[in-house]
Amino acid sequence: MTRRTRLRLFLVSAAVLAVVVLAGFGELPAFGHPGATFGAVLNALSVPQRHITDVVTAVNFTYRGVDTLAEEFIFFAAVTAVVLLLAPGDDEHADHASDAATGRWVPQTSDAVRVLALALVGPTILFGLYIVAHGHLTPGGGFQGGVVLATGVLLVYLAGEYTHLHGLYPDTVVEGIELGGASAFVVIGLIGLAVGGTFLATWGPLGQVGQLNSAGNVPLLNVSVGAEIGAGFVLLLSAFLRQTIVLRRHPPANASGSA
Amino acid sequence: MNVLLGTALILVAAAGTVVVVLRDPLRQALAVSMFGILLGIVFFAVQAPDVALSEIVVGAVALPLMILLALAKIRGGVQ
Repeated sequence: MTRRTRLRLFLVSAAVLAVVVLAGFGELPAFGHPGATFGAVLNALSVPQRHITDVVTAVNFTYRGVDTLAEEFIFFAAVTAVVLLLAPGDDEHADHASDAATGRWVPQTSDAVRVLALALVGPTILFGLYIVAHGHLTPGGGFQGGVVLATGVLLVYLAGEYTHLHGLYPDTVVEGIELGGASAFVVIGLIGLAVGGTFLATWGPLGQVGQLNSAGNVPLLNVSVGAEIGAGFVLLLSAFLRQTIVLRRHPPANASGSA
Repeated sequence: MNVLLGTALILVAAAGTVVVVLRDPLRQALAVSMFGILLGIVFFAVQAPDVALSEIVVGAVALPLMILLALAKIRGGVQ
């Protein structure tokens, strides 16, 4: 196929696509349109029915909780796959964890970065816990808070050395937390099945609207998701850092790397 | 529509173009982080703070971090 024929073919297809897409856009509701009635129904119901002031959390953990369960296990499977892929291969060996590995020049972390990272560790972890705990009251929840918690661990690495991070937690403990978080979601759902008749039915005292200890089992679900996502991201981080910093392809580098 | 949303949308379009135009993966990783923050501002401007938080933690932190670590491994492994 010559260049000219390809160009013609492209122009014809692009024209057809443009017509279809523009026709489709014409049928869309106007930008900023209030949207479907489903949203209005949920807005009206989530506070009286679930005592949840963040409607998105009400959808994610009660009305469509099964979707969240599936998403959680998608994440679980993805983390497992990445950790398996990044496991040490037969042709790799662990080198010095320090950045003084042979044939590699690594710039020193500046004091400014170390101080800033160290100062941010505490506030970041506190902020992550806050986001997880207030999922049913304000925007946020287990997922967002979990990722924030994992960045707290990353800050420890930025403030120190890889060996500090590696000494901070054993991988098995983090794996346990991830597994515990994923299982807890299922267990909380099964309790709902036993108590309320449907999987993930809301149970527990609904409490007073706007209070931290309200909305029944939803804060527990947020904590379980936070544990799973946070631990999962820490495992991803560990696997990537191990590949980058510790593992070398053998025979050891005999020439300088092009880093 | 208000000024904040219009500005944010234009900046997102600009940042997305920059990510594509830059051909060096290292620069792209930093640009995509900026793109994530701007997209978070758009979500915030259309009153979706939950999605904005997710976009910022994943698009501006987690994704560029994975790209950076993968790049470090690839470049360090060249012998």
